[in-house]
Amino acid sequence: MKFFMTVILALLSMSTSVMAAEHVIGQKNKAFTKKSITIKKGDTIKFPNQDPFFHNVYSMSESKSFDLGSYAKGVSKSVKFDKQGEVIVQCAIHPFMKLKVKVE
Amino acid sequence: MRLWIFLPLLAICIESAAEAPFSTDELRELRKQWLLPAPTLHPQHKQLSELGKKIFFDTNLSIDKSTSCASCHIPELGWSDGKPTAQGLVGKPLKRATPSIINTAYSKVLMWDGRADSLEQQALMPFFDPLEMGLNEKLLIAKIASNQEYPNLFERAFGDSAIDSARISSALAEFQRSITASNTRFDRWLKGDESALNNEEILGFKLFIDPQKAACAVCHHPPNFTDDGFHNIGLSKQKPEDLGRYRFTPIPLMKRAFKTPSLRLATRTAPYFHDGSAKTLLEVIEHYQEVSVQKHNFSPSLLPVNLNKEEKEKLLAFLNSLE
Repeated sequence: MKFFMTVILALLSMSTSVMAAEHVIGQKNKAFTKKSITIKKGDTIKFPNQDPFFHNVYSMSESKSFDLGSYAKGVSKSVKFDKQGEVIVQCAIHPFMKLKVKVE
Repeated sequence: MRLWIFLPLLAICIESAAEAPFSTDELRELRKQWLLPAPTLHPQHKQLSELGKKIFFDTNLSIDKSTSCASCHIPELGWSDGKPTAQGLVGKPLKRATPSIINTAYSKVLMWDGRADSLEQQALMPFFDPLEMGLNEKLLIAKIASNQEYPNLFERAFGDSAIDSARISSALAEFQRSITASNTRFDRWLKGDESALNNEEILGFKLFIDPQKAACAVCHHPPNFTDDGFHNIGLSKQKPEDLGRYRFTPIPLMKRAFKTPSLRLATRTAPYFHDGSAKTLLEVIEHYQEVSVQKHNFSPSLLPVNLNKEEKEKLLAFLNSLE
């Protein structure tokens, strides 16, 4: 019985990780390449900097707050969105760069 | 004989071509990047601007009738005030320099700490600041209503003479959108007037945009010489400490970060930086040369600057051409 439970749990865990998607939203011409995106809980967004100067990615939203620091062109950093809700993502250096992430 | 004439001429041509700071293709690209487009204006721009101008210069619109917007944003001083930090009511010093309003028509974010997202949002802030003009909304409207010159201006701008704060801010914003600089010597050179800049100034521009040299354009982006961004450039001498943008975005990168100012007509807006600590543009250049070798949570955009005396002179010559 214990063995079967372990197998079921392992399968469940695998299926969750298989279902989790990775989305890519670049930072180009001082804007996120999308203004908004709807993703599933557990998905990841990758933020490559495609501009020839530094950008930052951060959020202070209630359901997800993070600060990826600042990074140069060619560098990419990712965030996993593990809670449902609306998250406003910004570049602190250029605050008019805004992305709305709806996590379902 | 013909060869004797031809060869020196060819040598001169080759030498000139080798010395040309930018190729034709590069110039075409630079023109695309750096020439300012016409600002986006309200359909009623002329009438709104006329009203906004009247409000901007009206000293009656402060608690003691001493101060107007133009008391700090003085046209003859590049729409700044020539002081290290601004002076508020009864001459009380404020903590930051008066930012010039030139080309704010293109700004995506206003004030040294970016606390306003638009000219309309920014326009009323000084009126309601107890240190600057000391009014509140009710007093501001009452003071405007008491002046016989205003009803006609409101009617022309809005179709009737009703006064409210949204109309006041709209008129002020539209007036500020008319304060532009887009025909400096640098702009005329970009447009094809080769005599507008001399060789030293052109080489200075080349240093300005070279990330391996002066690296100014890393933050002073085209076309308005600003990235509308926030950077800690290592001005930490001020006491008490001014945390700048951090007040609104409390992450480490924003500590002591301030907005990148635009540079057209910067020759008129000394002293420089948010704390007015640089008296001249040469002091500004020297600050970046000194600060870029330090590491104290400064902006990652502060690249190493290593200019010799001659290069500094060229860079300065270019900055002076933004006039």
